Amino acid sequence: MSTYQEFIQQNEDRDGVRFSWNLWPSSRLEATRLVVPVSCLLTPLKERPNLPPVQYEPVVCSRANCKAVLNPLCQVDFRAKIWACNFCFQRNPFPPSYAGISEMNQPAELMPQFSTIEYIVQRGPSAPLIFLYVVDTCLEEEDLQALKESLQMSLSLLPPNALVGLITFGRMVQVHELSCEGIAKSYVFRGTKDLSSKQIQEMLGLTKPAVSGQQGRPVAPQDAAAASCKFLQPVHRVDMNLTDLLGELQKDPWPVPQGKRPLRSTGVALSVAVGLLEGTFPNTGARVMLFIGGPPTQGPGMVVGDELKTPIRSWHDIQKDNARHLKKATKYYEALANRSAANGHSVDIYACALDQTGLLEMKCLSNITGGHIVMGDSFNTSLFKQTFQRVFSKDYNGDFRMAFGGVLEIKTSRELKVCGAIGPCVSLHSKGACVSENEMGIGGTSQWKVCGLNPSTTLGIYFEVVNQHNAPIPQGGRGAVQFITQYQHSNTQRRIRVTTIARNWADAQSQIQHIESSFDQEAAAVLMARLGVFRAESEEGPDVLRWLDRQLIRLCQKFGQFNKDDPTSFKLSESLSLYPQFMFHLRRSPFLQVFNNSPDESSYYRHHFVRQDLTQSLIMVQPILYSYSFYGPPEPVLLDSSSILPDRILLMDTFFQLVIYHGETIAQWRKAGYQEMAEYENFKQLLQAPLDDAQEILQTRFPMPRYIDTEHGGSQARFLLSKVNPSQTHNNLYAWGQETGAPILTDDVSLQVFMDHLKKLAVSSST
Amino acid sequence: MNVNQHTPMASPYGQPQPGYGQPGYPPLDGGYPAPYAPYNGPASAYQPGVPPQGPARGPPTSAPPPVSAPQQYNQYSHSLGDVQNGPPPMTQAPPRPAGSQPYNQGAANLTGAHPSYPQHYGPPPTMEQVTNQMTRMQVTSGPPTPAGPGYAPPQSSQPPISTSYQAAPQPSYTQAPPPVSSTPTQPPSSGGPAAPQQYFAGPPPPSQQQFASSLPPTSQQQFTSSVPPPPSQQTFPPSSFSGPIPPPSRAPAPPASQSQQPFPTPQPPFSSAPPPVNQSGFAAGPPAQSSFPPQPPPPSSQPGSFPPPGPPPTSAPSGQYPTPMPHQQQPPTTQPSPYHPGPPPLRAQMPPTSNHLPPGPQGPSCPPGPLGPLQQPPSPQTGYPPQQNGAFGQVRSPQPGYAGPYPGQPNYGAPAPAPAPAQKRLDPDSIPSPIQVIEDDKVKTTEPFTTGVRGQAPPLVTTNFQVKDQGNASPRFIRCTAYNMPCTSDMAKQSQVPLAAVIKPLATLPPDETPPYLVDHGESGPIRCNRCKAYMCPYMQFIEGGRRFQCSFCNCVTEVPPHYFQHLDHTGKRVDCYERPELSLGTYEFLATVDYCKNNKPPQPPAFIFLIDVSYNAVKSGMVSIVCHELKSLLDHLPRENPEMDSVVRVGFVTYNKVLHFYNVKASLAQPQMLVVSDVSDMFVPLLDGFLVNVNESRQVIESLLDQIPEMFADTRETETVFGPVIQAGLEALKAADCAGKLFVFHTSLPIAEAPGKLKNREDKKLIGTDKEKSLFQPQGGFYNNLAKDCVAQGCCVDLFLFPNQYVDVATLGVVPVSTGGSIYKYTYFQAQTDQERFLNDLRRDVQKPVGFDAVMRVRTSTGIRATDFFGSFYMSNTTDVELAGLDCDKAVTVEFKHDDKLSEETGALMQCAVLYTSCSGQRRLRIHNMAVNCCSQLADLYRNCETDTIINYFAKYAFRGVLNSHTKAVRDTLVNQCAQILACYRKNCASPSSAGQLILPECMKLLPVYLNCVLKSDVLMPGADVSLDDRAYLRQLISCMDVAETHVFFYPRLLPLVKLDSSSLPMAVRDSEERLSKGGVYLMETGLHLFLWVGASVQQELLLNIFGTQSFSQIDSSMTSLPVLNNPFSQRLREIIDSFRAQRSRYMKLMVVKQEDRTELIFKHFLVEDKSASGGASYVDFLCHMHKEIRQLLS
Repeated sequence: MSTYQEFIQQNEDRDGVRFSWNLWPSSRLEATRLVVPVSCLLTPLKERPNLPPVQYEPVVCSRANCKAVLNPLCQVDFRAKIWACNFCFQRNPFPPSYAGISEMNQPAELMPQFSTIEYIVQRGPSAPLIFLYVVDTCLEEEDLQALKESLQMSLSLLPPNALVGLITFGRMVQVHELSCEGIAKSYVFRGTKDLSSKQIQEMLGLTKPAVSGQQGRPVAPQDAAAASCKFLQPVHRVDMNLTDLLGELQKDPWPVPQGKRPLRSTGVALSVAVGLLEGTFPNTGARVMLFIGGPPTQGPGMVVGDELKTPIRSWHDIQKDNARHLKKATKYYEALANRSAANGHSVDIYACALDQTGLLEMKCLSNITGGHIVMGDSFNTSLFKQTFQRVFSKDYNGDFRMAFGGVLEIKTSRELKVCGAIGPCVSLHSKGACVSENEMGIGGTSQWKVCGLNPSTTLGIYFEVVNQHNAPIPQGGRGAVQFITQYQHSNTQRRIRVTTIARNWADAQSQIQHIESSFDQEAAAVLMARLGVFRAESEEGPDVLRWLDRQLIRLCQKFGQFNKDDPTSFKLSESLSLYPQFMFHLRRSPFLQVFNNSPDESSYYRHHFVRQDLTQSLIMVQPILYSYSFYGPPEPVLLDSSSILPDRILLMDTFFQLVIYHGETIAQWRKAGYQEMAEYENFKQLLQAPLDDAQEILQTRFPMPRYIDTEHGGSQARFLLSKVNPSQTHNNLYAWGQETGAPILTDDVSLQVFMDHLKKLAVSSST
Repeated sequence: MNVNQHTPMASPYGQPQPGYGQPGYPPLDGGYPAPYAPYNGPASAYQPGVPPQGPARGPPTSAPPPVSAPQQYNQYSHSLGDVQNGPPPMTQAPPRPAGSQPYNQGAANLTGAHPSYPQHYGPPPTMEQVTNQMTRMQVTSGPPTPAGPGYAPPQSSQPPISTSYQAAPQPSYTQAPPPVSSTPTQPPSSGGPAAPQQYFAGPPPPSQQQFASSLPPTSQQQFTSSVPPPPSQQTFPPSSFSGPIPPPSRAPAPPASQSQQPFPTPQPPFSSAPPPVNQSGFAAGPPAQSSFPPQPPPPSSQPGSFPPPGPPPTSAPSGQYPTPMPHQQQPPTTQPSPYHPGPPPLRAQMPPTSNHLPPGPQGPSCPPGPLGPLQQPPSPQTGYPPQQNGAFGQVRSPQPGYAGPYPGQPNYGAPAPAPAPAQKRLDPDSIPSPIQVIEDDKVKTTEPFTTGVRGQAPPLVTTNFQVKDQGNASPRFIRCTAYNMPCTSDMAKQSQVPLAAVIKPLATLPPDETPPYLVDHGESGPIRCNRCKAYMCPYMQFIEGGRRFQCSFCNCVTEVPPHYFQHLDHTGKRVDCYERPELSLGTYEFLATVDYCKNNKPPQPPAFIFLIDVSYNAVKSGMVSIVCHELKSLLDHLPRENPEMDSVVRVGFVTYNKVLHFYNVKASLAQPQMLVVSDVSDMFVPLLDGFLVNVNESRQVIESLLDQIPEMFADTRETETVFGPVIQAGLEALKAADCAGKLFVFHTSLPIAEAPGKLKNREDKKLIGTDKEKSLFQPQGGFYNNLAKDCVAQGCCVDLFLFPNQYVDVATLGVVPVSTGGSIYKYTYFQAQTDQERFLNDLRRDVQKPVGFDAVMRVRTSTGIRATDFFGSFYMSNTTDVELAGLDCDKAVTVEFKHDDKLSEETGALMQCAVLYTSCSGQRRLRIHNMAVNCCSQLADLYRNCETDTIINYFAKYAFRGVLNSHTKAVRDTLVNQCAQILACYRKNCASPSSAGQLILPECMKLLPVYLNCVLKSDVLMPGADVSLDDRAYLRQLISCMDVAETHVFFYPRLLPLVKLDSSSLPMAVRDSEERLSKGGVYLMETGLHLFLWVGASVQQELLLNIFGTQSFSQIDSSMTSLPVLNNPFSQRLREIIDSFRAQRSRYMKLMVVKQEDRTELIFKHFLVEDKSASGGASYVDFLCHMHKEIRQLLS
């Protein structure tokens, strides 16, 4: 077992890939019986400090519909200088530049340790990065001020040659011209009118016929891009200008009558931003960064009317089909997102408001284009400020941790087909031999576009074994998958990262034990969770839960050891032991439960869930709970109400929140001020310990979690109480004795009850 | 009737008057009577007169009192502060008596002074209508000839002469009168002074003119010129002067002169000289008034008017004139000398009386006809008579007489005769001369015009006079075509005289007249009739002890609100009558309550938005930088009501080419911000706060902006522009700000960029003269009509400044300005250097002039007539309310009335024009103009009391609107027909039976043919080859909102000979005919839109030196637009005159120097409206013949 764990770890470190099964069932039938599909979590740009990119282009299979990249799994005839594609078995000659290869002198891509390799391609002109700020001006003065400062600060973080642009909006949408001296110019669009991309470009003077742009400066045909320079300028050139411009930014000047929301033309603003980039820098990495302080209230993409008396839609409204604007707005933003994705531009949404801002409708913008969504209460919080700063964080090479315009292509060996992917990507509709008809997630293609990537961006990829039961795979045969990710590096290079992995086939009937032990329950849990979340976007919550339950029961039936109809006899092997627990927490998670969450929050959580890597995803599913006490070093404890003890300090990390909870006694001590006394130095240290750990987490997490410091009985303690397994509730409090923890006032089932039911159902002969 | 009318009027008014006018008058008292008299005179004249006259004469002396009364009035009204004091009226009471006296005096005066008067008033004149056989003459030339022929010759020759004459005479004439009339009038205020000055100029000029004139005319003229002119002039003037004329008019004048003396200030020169003159003139007449002689020239018309005086003069003059004379002899013969004789004597003795008498008898009604002959005699006497209609018929006969005077100018005498006959042509001098009429009116108008008398026609627009509001609106606000309306629609139809009023609701008054008082009736708003909603006015009758009032418009009885209650005095008038402007004045304003506001909210202060085209052409022509530079200083002069305070008008700026650029000029910004809106298909305003700002607060930002705009677009290459969206933008901005306002659009080219309101070039000269021609006047599509509607709804007035280099489709672009009460200014081929001055002056005036917004005008009338049609720059969404997004002081609306029932002679016809508007300080107000005219059951009364200038204004507007829907030829024919019917009706019903071949014109309409011809020949109705479609559309729209004064000078330009310029008066104008130009002279012509300085080819070097500072004709730079500043009195005076002309007009006139024989002379000649026009327009003489033919056809 441990070998498998090591294997898994090693594979993840090297390739950024984790499969649900590390031995693959050799036939379709068996594969379906395994319940959890053959699938993997792929982190295409996993940071690999020890992987220097090679400076040449990959060698690809010459078969037109294959084009797989030469990899260590290929058979190579060094003498004939021929290699055989391991996917299509085409024999290909090496290109002339490989004339010198031999067994002793192999190119990197043939070495097994380079199952993942990165190529730098010298193709086409390298385009600078583009950052287009789209700023809502219907903000409170304080918020606006904070936002302005953040934006000004961000200029200093950008690479000097990066292009920046600024669009502000309120009732109107203004595209600011940055190249001008003297009078600040901007192009204004009405916030209520849906304009086509062409119209927008014409109005901005970007189309060729509009030769004499605003200033009548002659614009030669070849530098249409030059015209766009009015709006997108290198940071180093307009630094001062833009800083001033941002400084002078006024709150939207249109009066807001009593009882009304300010008119916000978010829809048109985005449309203009997308149109602008579309017309000037198609297929070049660009980030549209949208900052909003409230919901779109007019024009296309409007989420709620401007009457304050009509509240913004809630889940309740949505279920009742009472959300007037929902469908229309969603459709509008989806169309925008698709346009944006088609051009390789990603859209970030920074929404800071106490109420909802329409993320539900707009989420697709970020989801599809790989942009970020950050949700906060105010722009004047460290949550926003630091998160925003972290967008521009750099890696060990001093490059931004972001990549653009990625295209992920998957090649599989014949026995496998790709069902789909779940993550911040969009289908490129590339049908090929390896595309399954059975769609899971975004399917029907073997290529996806991932407009915005960062090192932690992770996609769930789902496969289908198509080998028929009666066509056994030769002994020792291996199935292979190749992930080819082309992207624009933040230093503007175009790169291709190729990861080729192979797994052994196993006969499920004879080798079920092996298969079981190859199960990666963490990966599987996350992959199943993604499927569940993906379904939740389009299906009713209960249906999704039922589906998840059924899958779990089936899995338990398949791999559990039990006597029929005897729940007590039920046992799961170690490789599956945690899986039900994950499912239990997943069922309670905000990803599937909308109770207590606004539609925006749900969208926000789901957004992050389908893009974070395995570790983070697991934290989201089952938050981590650390306990600090005088009795020993900090230890992880069960996410259970029984862990809530008076003399402990708990640190819970749910990814989105970081909760420090002081037990009743600790809280009293703290209140009494013991930590101030020299003789209680150790208490002071105890108090400090979780803070330090929390800081550590805060430092690395993106987006910044909400930091909550609370104590027993504190109102914010609810964040903890809602997460822990309610092993003790008001219902069973007295059955469990006193000193063991804190009761949770809930009717939710506890893990024990859940497990009992699971066992019962799993062993039931009736299913 | 008259009597009754007068009395009542006088008494009521009289009292108030005292209060009002006093300040001004005091001085007058002594001298005034005379002036006063003239006015009354007319009235008296009408009245059988005689009786009144009797008393009148006596009174004359007493007259002063009346004067005083008026004075009081003035005081009352005086803005000085006394204004509202009620008390004054009381004190004034005494004056009233005077009032009555004035009457008499008036009569007396009339008789005396009047020569001129009668003309106006018609009776005498009408009577005098000239019975010329002209028509025949012309037509057949032969038959009537006997008399005619003889005359004819002189005439023909005369024309040239006459021109010179007229010029000369008038000036002199004027001068003469000035003393008399001018002083009186002037005394009141500044007005006077101006007038006098002009007059002054007169005398000297005459002589010169004559010279000049002689030259230009023809070979003959040359002839004459060389020799005769000098002598003739000299001799003449004196002679003509001597006479008769001065005396009569002056006779009354003398008193006036006295009064003048007090006033001397205005006419310093005059006072001293004139008085004596007059007197002398009277006494010795001929001799003394050498200066006057000029007057005689008018002869043509004079005969009629002068008749009374004439006769005596004739005899006298003739004697004196002997020189002139061959003609004279003739005249007498043909003319009813008999008549004259009578009068003359009288005159000699008592000019005034005599005058009266004659008119008296004649006056009442038809007498004119018969009198005609009489007139003739008179004509000879003085130059004055000419004015009278008699002109035509008499002309000939009178001419003789005239001839004397005119011909007097010997020059003619000799040459003329020969040529004339040869040509068989009608003598231009024998036909009614506009100049003569104008001059006569000036002479006649010697005292302030009081509006208290119902149905009294005011002096002509060309005359300077002061107005005293005594219950009817000043003629500056309302002028009617007829001051005596027919009682029934049958009569109206029969006569075909249009019943219309030209209303200029916000007209600016001269500084010596009090602006309308503002009345606040408190929270409940103005008191109004319950039924017809007419506003409280002097016509309301209080009954039941003052508890109710009866509306005189609809007769409905309405309760008087308690807070407005007041007791009545024994005459049934409210005790506080003279303390309340709404009970005693013709014009006043009410403060409106919120009920009168849009959405029941007090209005926001208005905003001005400047929208500047910055396309290539605009930048290149320099327009952009000029506008921007000018705005910097101009913004300090936005209209305001209280000069002490800053204007509350907010401003905004937009530039545009194919897209629009709005500017944020919020005070808190360091730099303005430009907001580009390219979505022209669906215009909107990108910002509110910061777009419309207070000038003072945002001064720095605005200046920075205006500095930068020209730079920013300095190298633009954008040539396409939009237009519709530009107006939409302004409109949206005003909507967003929820205020009314004005857009100033500076535009260069046809808007061909893709946008709403895009236009295509449809200039196609081939369509001219076809049925499709009218389409060229119609806007393309309905876009701009709809836009205009929206603008009006918001109170968004649009002023358009065009700088086209080619066709821009003014017909379409002008739709919005015209419908919103805005103005269009067009500067074709704008060049910074030459057109800047004109443009800037227009801009300044346009920005600064008083303006009201979001106005609604409603004209209510007494039962029996109804306002049926409206002409002007406005929009109407129903049939009664005239909606004006903006209404400035230059906009006039012509309203046509039709009968829907009978009117009664007793009550007359009342009209009340109420204009609800937002003042430039954001106050909602109602301006009320009340007007009462008489009603008559005799056609003759109608014809006696018409105003031709106003009729022409109506005709022009009617015709210019007609071209939208009809063929221009049809429109012209309609005009000619109607005119012929008017005249034929007169001939048939009012004129004494005479030979059908005689052309008899009503005195007050004797200029109808000449003016009508000018209308017919205008570029709109009969375009020349070089007149662009844009020009026609431009003129068409321009006319639509012109007032009477503007249309008058537009159709009959003022042509001044520049000979000797007197420091205080203008030279007498000459008729607009090339024949009147002397090769050796320099002439100044003003059309209201253009200013020409015509330089004869053999101009005297001295003139050149004085004007241009150059030695020779060839050195004159004809491209100059302003005269060099030379340090000589002539140059100074000339420039003063030019400046004063410009100040009079709402648009700045660019000076164009035209050298004789130069190419540009064609343009100039186009305005010589008495001549045949290049485009086929008939000459005056030809047209008159044609008209006569038409009339005869109708009669037969």
